[in-house]
Amino acid sequence: MNMKLTLKIWRQSKPDKKDAKGNFTPGGGKMETYALNEVSPDMSFLEMLDVLNEKLVKEDKEPVAFDHDCREGICGMCSMYINGQPHGPDRGITTCQLHMRSFKDGDTIYIEPWRAKAFPVIKDLMVDRSAFDRIIQAGGYVSVNTGVNVDANEIPIGKGIADKAFDAATCIGCGACVAACKNASAMLFVAAKVSQLALLPQGKPERKARVEKMVAQMDEEGFGACTNTGACSAECPKGISLEHIARMNREYFGAKLTSERV
Amino acid sequence: MKLDSKVPEGPLADKWERHKFNLKLVNPANKRKYDVIVVGTGLAGASAAASLAELGYNVKAFCFQDSPRRAHSIAAQGGINAAKNYQNDGDSIFRLFYDTIKGGDYRAREANVYRLAQVSVNIIDQCVAQGVPFAREYGGLLDNRSFGGAQVSRTFYARGQTGQQLLLGAYSALSRQVATGKVQMFPRTEMLDVVLVDGKARGIVVRNLVTGQIESHSAHAVLLCTGGYGNAYFLSTNAMGSNVTAAWRAHKRGALFANPCYVQIHPTCIPVTGDHQSKLTLMSESLRNDGRVWVPKKVEDAEAIRKGQKRAEDINEDERDYFLERKYRSFGNLVPRDVASRNAKYVCDEGRGVAPTGLAVYLDFRDAIKRDGMKVIEAKYGNLFQMYEKITADNPYKTAMKIYPAVHYTMGGLWVDYNLMTNIPGLYALGEANFSDHGANRLGASALMQGLADGYFVIPYTLGDYLATLDYAKVPTDHEAFRATEEEVKKSVQDLLDVKGSKTVDEFHKDLGKLMWDYCGMSRNAEGLKLAKEKIQELRQEFKNNVKVLGTNDELNVTLEKACRVADFIELGELMIDDALMREESCGGHFREEYQTEDGEAKRDDDNFAFVANWEYKGENQAEVMHKEDLVFENVKLTQRSYK
Amino acid sequence: MSANPTAVKQKPNWLIEMLGSTIGRKLMMALTGLFLILFLAIHLAGNLQLLVPDEGRTFNEYAEFMGHNKLIQIVSILNFAFIIIHIVVSIILTRYNRTARPVAYAYNRASANSSWASRNMIWLGMILLIFLVLHLINFWAKSKFGPIEEVVYEGRTYHDLYAIVKMEFANPLIVGVYVLAMAGLAYHLLHGFQSAFQTFGVNHVKYTPIIQSFGLLFSILVPLLFAAIPIVMYVQSLL
Repeated sequence: MNMKLTLKIWRQSKPDKKDAKGNFTPGGGKMETYALNEVSPDMSFLEMLDVLNEKLVKEDKEPVAFDHDCREGICGMCSMYINGQPHGPDRGITTCQLHMRSFKDGDTIYIEPWRAKAFPVIKDLMVDRSAFDRIIQAGGYVSVNTGVNVDANEIPIGKGIADKAFDAATCIGCGACVAACKNASAMLFVAAKVSQLALLPQGKPERKARVEKMVAQMDEEGFGACTNTGACSAECPKGISLEHIARMNREYFGAKLTSERV
Repeated sequence: MKLDSKVPEGPLADKWERHKFNLKLVNPANKRKYDVIVVGTGLAGASAAASLAELGYNVKAFCFQDSPRRAHSIAAQGGINAAKNYQNDGDSIFRLFYDTIKGGDYRAREANVYRLAQVSVNIIDQCVAQGVPFAREYGGLLDNRSFGGAQVSRTFYARGQTGQQLLLGAYSALSRQVATGKVQMFPRTEMLDVVLVDGKARGIVVRNLVTGQIESHSAHAVLLCTGGYGNAYFLSTNAMGSNVTAAWRAHKRGALFANPCYVQIHPTCIPVTGDHQSKLTLMSESLRNDGRVWVPKKVEDAEAIRKGQKRAEDINEDERDYFLERKYRSFGNLVPRDVASRNAKYVCDEGRGVAPTGLAVYLDFRDAIKRDGMKVIEAKYGNLFQMYEKITADNPYKTAMKIYPAVHYTMGGLWVDYNLMTNIPGLYALGEANFSDHGANRLGASALMQGLADGYFVIPYTLGDYLATLDYAKVPTDHEAFRATEEEVKKSVQDLLDVKGSKTVDEFHKDLGKLMWDYCGMSRNAEGLKLAKEKIQELRQEFKNNVKVLGTNDELNVTLEKACRVADFIELGELMIDDALMREESCGGHFREEYQTEDGEAKRDDDNFAFVANWEYKGENQAEVMHKEDLVFENVKLTQRSYK
Repeated sequence: MSANPTAVKQKPNWLIEMLGSTIGRKLMMALTGLFLILFLAIHLAGNLQLLVPDEGRTFNEYAEFMGHNKLIQIVSILNFAFIIIHIVVSIILTRYNRTARPVAYAYNRASANSSWASRNMIWLGMILLIFLVLHLINFWAKSKFGPIEEVVYEGRTYHDLYAIVKMEFANPLIVGVYVLAMAGLAYHLLHGFQSAFQTFGVNHVKYTPIIQSFGLLFSILVPLLFAAIPIVMYVQSLL
């Protein structure tokens, strides 16, 4: 049974601007309405947009620009705010894993880009998430060069710790946490990396400097503060727990109070 | 053309050590005088960029995605092989080497494969040191599993997300070097050509995907780490953006393309549901450790299932045909990917397929759940089952999964020597983009191994050997060669925009995909390939005359990006067909119906086809010329692959 | 070996830097909030003495003690300071958080992923602030500066604060305001109590459920008992 849908999609041709001081100028844009018939419930959400784009191209209209790549929920590129929620109404999935059977014939679907000062819109539904890369560059790594000659099994790690570190490491960097948070806070993203490396013995030598630098970079990018609403974790496609934010807070206070950087 | 593979002399086990000693070194203080371009930031690219920057080279890294962390290596699920023999089950470097050579149906270079097995152990050490959270046993040591038909447990894994964790490890190393300033990162930038100066690769021309600007970058060497070309089939497990453009443009500048017809079709993918399908999702091969593959014995039962009148549960045990277990008593459901895929195709061709399209077989966990309990199965495959249910709305705990083969990996790629350099001096190819290690078929959990081996442990040694022969002077990007290449690129882009035809890029891509899948897919024959060659030439002509690309070059133009890629896929497709037609034998992923044993297994012709087929581009509308690199096997005996 | 890449941007003082960070500001909210929670418990314990049926003697004696004990005086100054910090930081934070999303969503369904209270802390806080001002005018100002009657118990003279309370809570309008404010307090606590612990970094499989259960109990019970006082006294005034 094919469905008829009304799509309301954010269209923006000029990019948002964010200068070095953090001043933000919206590029302007508006919600456009499109009618789409013949939508199969077996389609993924992005396949539905493919169909729309083919239709638009045929009509000599500009297709909707959106980020997507792996289409299996792991690259973290797709990023749509669908009917008021990041990655749409279903839990634990990315936009590309959302299927049209989650909607009903006759539905109206709102599709918007992630909204945050730190994620300026490039075009339509595409946003610039390079802020996340810069946060990782600030310290989201273990400083080892290629060529360590320590046998992997010389660092035993209890299964519980390894599993917990994995739970944090599973972050795909999609930015749904920021999109969902009423403060556009990036705490869950930052915490996932801080927590992963704080849990593992490999991350211990740099743990204080790491959390200080990553939090400083996070603030520098203009993300809001965490107010513990839990929206990030609820909308995270990988279900990353708030526990990691708590761990980051501990790491941060501990580092600030005891590190020798004054 | 004389191809020198530069394989070092000496016994197999000593070749790499000896070679490393003989390679020229670049003084630490001089490394900063060399610039290196790395295109692609998957496992091969990110690990190479990070390692080279750590050594002191100035690296410029490019990726078309918005961040290096999104490269498609991230989607690899199952694991990474390493000859650690932690399990005390008889693994060794030689066994990993042997399995890889045999699994590749004796179409890979011995020396490269042996080196791959040697450095595999270092990869695990490196990744653990980076904080990659591999699966652990309760005692805190690393866990292993048997994977893809291996007779030993040598696969390291991180739940079903090994590729993600390894890539994030390499990405973190890369990020660290970006922070030091040793790596300059160019995301959302696509390479459209390589620039040759005096016959050497000295830079690239790229398109900034946000602004459309065509710009040049100069360096002393260029590394292509741009992945495979599976998207020539339109439907594949590759990411939507995965493309052959970088490799293909290098090919058109003179780099030889090796074994383009070697394509791996993965047996366990979620079946196609309709014309809207944009890509296929892989279900990890590890599922075949416990799942049993079957179809109904009777065509009538299959028909009833296709019409929705019956379900898997309604078919009695004695009415089921566990065809892999029946035909391959020793390996059963764990036969290599090509064998499993082909057999799935056969039973579907017989009319026993189970999805509405007729193109699916069952992968059933009923017996495993009965044997091990729901909990054990959930712990092993929970995330995969969940993913399957999200996509299909079927619950694999209750009903059998449906799977069908899909294009997954391409063993072919740019020809490289032992140093990973193509026949163009200064142009290297790493990871899936080269042809070197997997022969005609890749074993499970070996792609991650190869990508990281090339990037972490091979290129840092071999690149210096070449750079040491160059002087430090940089070629400015206003050099005539850069200008000329830029102009050509601009023209090719403008040509696409100027067609203003009526058929969309996706329509062309789908047509190409269907052609390739039907005639150059799991099973090929001369007649079909000849027909396909005619059709693909027509398609190419039609593309030139009738493709519809909207907008301009000076903007973010998604259709234009796709058009550039599809144009290259069409050209590559023709070469794949040529290669498949030339190779009159069956080996690994290449199955020619004319060449099979009496019981339908692939029949190699070692006397006439134990070579790498390297194709040289001769210009527009000219037939490509093939150059052979003969494969010499000194350490393994060529045998018929048998999994019975 | 490459040099260690990024030195932290040096700011004049680490403590100011810490408290000025987004996490540090939350720390201030949590610390002051938790102190105010403690204050609420003590304040409630004192106020419940209003309900002792001895015409306010217990309450007046308690008030006398509270009004003259030096330690209590210091704590009450701290209390005011913390209230002010809590308010000022919350306003700064809210304004800052607003700037983090300059363009709003056309369609947002926040209720799908977070509680109403957690999203409206600033407004609940504003209600409490207005209430606090009224409350201080009603009682604290009168007890300090207003003309006040005196009572004598066993030869000692006490301010008859009980009489003031009794008079105020005979007014149904005031009773209504108090009850409403306490409802606001309940919602504020519902998020604030457990949120403070999360900010401190206390999140543990063993203890978090206890904190959450206790927080729930506290958030309901304390405002309920506070609200009971004006209601009971109003009813008493009718008898």
